[in-house]
Amino acid sequence: MSSQKRIRILVAKPGLDSHDRGAKVIARAFRDAGMEVIYTGLRQTPEQVAETALQEDVDVIALSILSGAHLALFPRIMELLKQKGLDDVLVFAGGIIPKEDVPRLKEIGIAEVFGPGTRTETLVKFVQENVLKGK
Amino acid sequence: MTKIEELIDGVLKGDRRSIAKTITIIENNLPEAQKALSLLYPHTGGAHIIGVTGPTGSGKSTLIHKLAGELRRRGKTVGVVAVDPTSPFSGGAFLGDRVRMQELSTDEGVFIRSMATRNTPGGVAKATKDAVKVLDASGKGVVIVEAVGAGQSEVEIMKIAQTIVVVLAPGLGDDIQAIKAGLMEIGDIFVVNKADRENVNKAVVDIEAMLDMNPDKEKWRPPVVMTTAIAGEGTTELLDKIDEHRKYLEAGAIEIRRRERTEAELVEVIKEKVAESVVEDLKRKGELEEVVRKILSRETDPYSAADMLLAKRLKVLKRPSHV
Repeated sequence: MSSQKRIRILVAKPGLDSHDRGAKVIARAFRDAGMEVIYTGLRQTPEQVAETALQEDVDVIALSILSGAHLALFPRIMELLKQKGLDDVLVFAGGIIPKEDVPRLKEIGIAEVFGPGTRTETLVKFVQENVLKGK
Repeated sequence: MTKIEELIDGVLKGDRRSIAKTITIIENNLPEAQKALSLLYPHTGGAHIIGVTGPTGSGKSTLIHKLAGELRRRGKTVGVVAVDPTSPFSGGAFLGDRVRMQELSTDEGVFIRSMATRNTPGGVAKATKDAVKVLDASGKGVVIVEAVGAGQSEVEIMKIAQTIVVVLAPGLGDDIQAIKAGLMEIGDIFVVNKADRENVNKAVVDIEAMLDMNPDKEKWRPPVVMTTAIAGEGTTELLDKIDEHRKYLEAGAIEIRRRERTEAELVEVIKEKVAESVVEDLKRKGELEEVVRKILSRETDPYSAADMLLAKRLKVLKRPSHV
């Protein structure tokens, strides 16, 4: 009896944010789009994000951040992912991230950065079109 | 070595990436899944498998977090498989059990995997059982399986475990739910969590009364433990009871259970393989559609039809007499 392979996506909030409504909204949207969403809650360290991605063998990581610490945290996360052999995971970010920081983030491997108010349909479509299914 | 042999080699060495990838292969029944399981099987049987179940909101995940922490202090390595329901509408799932356990993510002696039930009848129990096997083979001393005890399939998942802990909390209308879900029958240890609330003593008394009513008295009388998981209280007592149960099993009961479970698993696998090959053959020859049409028009019924279809294929075997 075979199970259908589902897209596994980690929704993580690194750093000292305390607002998770946005992250929960998109987590539910991904679930409603048929994905298996691993939601880890607030105050994740880069080590926790990378290790969770490894253990759960996720296809996608959605980083949600509102605190402005993205330039401090994201490079560390990407480095850890690389160390753990998770280069082929699709990583994207959302929240409060100034436009001028986006090129730097893309340089380190963040596939796309979405601003507040991005429709969940856009995010779902982005994931479906960009995820590597046959890793 | 082939890719899968390399992966299994990694699992046996406890490499976390190998463990994660292998669970994915097996969960999705990818082509190498069976080979992976065959390679792993000789290395299973070493872990103590604990099932933790109970209604939503009883505090299972928090309790598991504390249990794992205490197990680590006692020098054990721990695997956790947390099962959550798949949405019947979208096929997706919100797997949020890790929220309560995230501190353990960076502990090298703990491996946590979240799984969705995926709504395949019987399928979730198999996938969960296989994930447990991977963690067992990787050398984890204890593997904890968590599932909400809401339906039949969750009760099935619990049968993977050697020690089943049923977690209840006062005021959730538990006792009635527990009876309905068959949890009272399979529980080896009962926990009343959130013991800082009111009605805790009533809950304990109710459970004890129900256990006294149970006619099926094995030599093990399930104890009732009070915990306040969030404060870490009662964890040591619970772990001591779990240890006691393990010793009780090892004194004899475990061999009987193991034999029964292994036989049941073998029978399941045989059924699955036979059904798959017969149905595939029928579909290929176009016979399935024709027979379904006949059943719909009441020319025949499913049982006679099955008899007729099987008679041609299972010539060597005697047909089951109860049909």
